[in-house]
Amino acid sequence: MGRTMPRPGNGGPPLLRRALLGTAGVLTFLGAWEVTSRTGIVDPAYLPAASEVLAALVSNATLTGFWEAAGRTVTSWALGMLLALLLAVPLATVVGLWPFLQRTTRSTVEFLRPIPSVGLIPLAVLLLAEPLQQSLLIITYGAFWQVFVQVLYGVADVDPVATSTARSYGFTGWQRVRDVVLPSALPFLLTGIRLASAVALILAVTAELVIGTPGLGNQIALAKDAGLYASTYALALATGLLGVVINAGVRAAERRLLSWHQSVRGDAS
Amino acid sequence: MKRSLVSLAYALGLPVVLVTVWWLATRDATSIFVPRPTELVAELVGTWAGERLFTDVLPSLARFAAGTGAAIVLGILVGLVTGLNSGLRAFCEPVFEFFRAIPPPVLIPVFGLVIGVSDSMKVAVIVAGAVWPVLLNTVEGVRAVDAVQTETSRAYGIHGFNRVRYQILPAAAPQILAGVRQALPIGIVLMVISEMFFSSSGLGFSIIQFQRRFAVPEMWSGILVLGLVGIAVSIVFTMVERRVLHWYHGLKELDNAS
Repeated sequence: MGRTMPRPGNGGPPLLRRALLGTAGVLTFLGAWEVTSRTGIVDPAYLPAASEVLAALVSNATLTGFWEAAGRTVTSWALGMLLALLLAVPLATVVGLWPFLQRTTRSTVEFLRPIPSVGLIPLAVLLLAEPLQQSLLIITYGAFWQVFVQVLYGVADVDPVATSTARSYGFTGWQRVRDVVLPSALPFLLTGIRLASAVALILAVTAELVIGTPGLGNQIALAKDAGLYASTYALALATGLLGVVINAGVRAAERRLLSWHQSVRGDAS
Repeated sequence: MKRSLVSLAYALGLPVVLVTVWWLATRDATSIFVPRPTELVAELVGTWAGERLFTDVLPSLARFAAGTGAAIVLGILVGLVTGLNSGLRAFCEPVFEFFRAIPPPVLIPVFGLVIGVSDSMKVAVIVAGAVWPVLLNTVEGVRAVDAVQTETSRAYGIHGFNRVRYQILPAAAPQILAGVRQALPIGIVLMVISEMFFSSSGLGFSIIQFQRRFAVPEMWSGILVLGLVGIAVSIVFTMVERRVLHWYHGLKELDNAS
C-alpha cells in the first residue's frame, strides 16, 4: 500500500512509531548502561548497573524521607520563581513602557544579567542565616533576569496600532496595561517563565549540593559521602524526573494560557 | 557626534549614580560585610592581578573554554545527524530530553565517582551539562529547515556534505546560536561549582576559601571577577552572533521595515 500513499513529507514518523522508537531508545540506553557496568568497562563499584539504580530509585520512592527532600526542593524552586515573578514582571513592565527608563537602565541590566548567580553563593552564606533564604537569594537572582528580559522584549513588542486604538477609545493608563500590553506580552512572559523554571531548578539543586540546604541535592551529597552509590545515581535520576515534570507542567500551562494565540492555534490545525 | 555623546550619557548615567550612592552610603560604614567602592577596586587589582591570574583565573577559563567548546561542537554534530534522520530522532528524543532535564550540577558528584577528581572530570561535567541546549536546538533547527529550500537543493543536485554546509547549517544557524546562548551560562555555572566541590585552585575554589576565612573584601572581589567573566563571555557571544547571523538580522530588519 505504501506505493500509492503520498509521501509523509516533513511531518516525521506517525505517533505510534515514534512512541515505539522512543521506548526502544530508552531501553537501548539502559541496556548499554547495564552492559558497561556488568562487564566492568567502568568499575561497577562506581557505576552500579542500571537495574540496581532503578531498584534503588523504587525503594527510595517508598521512603518518606525521599518525598520530604523532593518536597523541599520543589518548595524552594516554587518560592524562588514566585519572588522572581513578583519582582520582574512589574519592574519590566514599567521600564518597558517608558523609553527613558529603558535607555538609562540598559547598560546596568546588561552588566548585572550575565553575573553567574552561583557567584553569589558565598555572599548568601555570609549575609543570610537561614539555608532556605540563602537558596532563595540565588534562585531568585538567576530566575529574575530570565523573566525580566523577556517581559521587557514583550512590552516593547506591543503593536503600536493596538496602543493607539486603546488610547482613542479612552482607555486609562492602567486599562491599557491590563488589556493591551500584558496580553500581548504574555507569550514572552511565558517563554521567560519556561527558561527561568529550568534555571531555578538548577540553582535550587546547586544550593543544596554546595551550601547543604535540605533537599534532593543535599541527599545526593549525603548518599555519595556514605558510599551508597546506587542511591546517589537513583537520586540524580530523580532530579531529572523532577525536571521533566516541571518542564511538562510549564509547557502545559503555556498551551492553556495561550490557547487564543496564533502560535498555539496554528499548531492545532 | 552629538548622538553618540547622548547615548554615552545614557549608558553611563545610572551606573555613575549608583556608584556614587554606594560610595556615599558606605563612606562612614563600619560593617565588615559591605565593601567600599575604592576598597573593592584596590582589592580587585591586588588580589587577582598578580600570581592568582595564572594559578586560578586562567586555568578556570581554560577549563570553561575547553568544556563549552567541546559541548558546542559535539552538540552541533550529533544534532545534525539526529535532526536529518527522523527515525533516529524519534529513537533518541526521550533519552535526550531526560538528560536535558537533569540539573547539570547533579552530575558533579556522579562524575567525581566515575572519572575521579581531575581537570578532565571538570571539563567532562561542563560538556555533559552544556551540550543539551545546543544539541536539542540543532535538532529543532534542522527539522524546521524550509521544505522548498530542500526541494531546490535536491533539484540542483546538492547532496551530502555540500547540502549540510550550504543549506542546512545556515538555515539552522539562528536556532543553533540560541542553543549556544543557553549553553554558555551553564558552562560558567558548572566551571564554578565543580571547583567549589573538588579543587585546590580556580575561581570557584578561591571564592569559597575567602568566604570560609571571612576574607570579605577578597570574596567580593572574586564575585566581581566572576561577574566580569560572565560579561566578557556575553560580549564575545554577541559579537560572534552578529557576525554569523548578519544576513539574518538584515532580513529581519527588512521584514520590520515593510
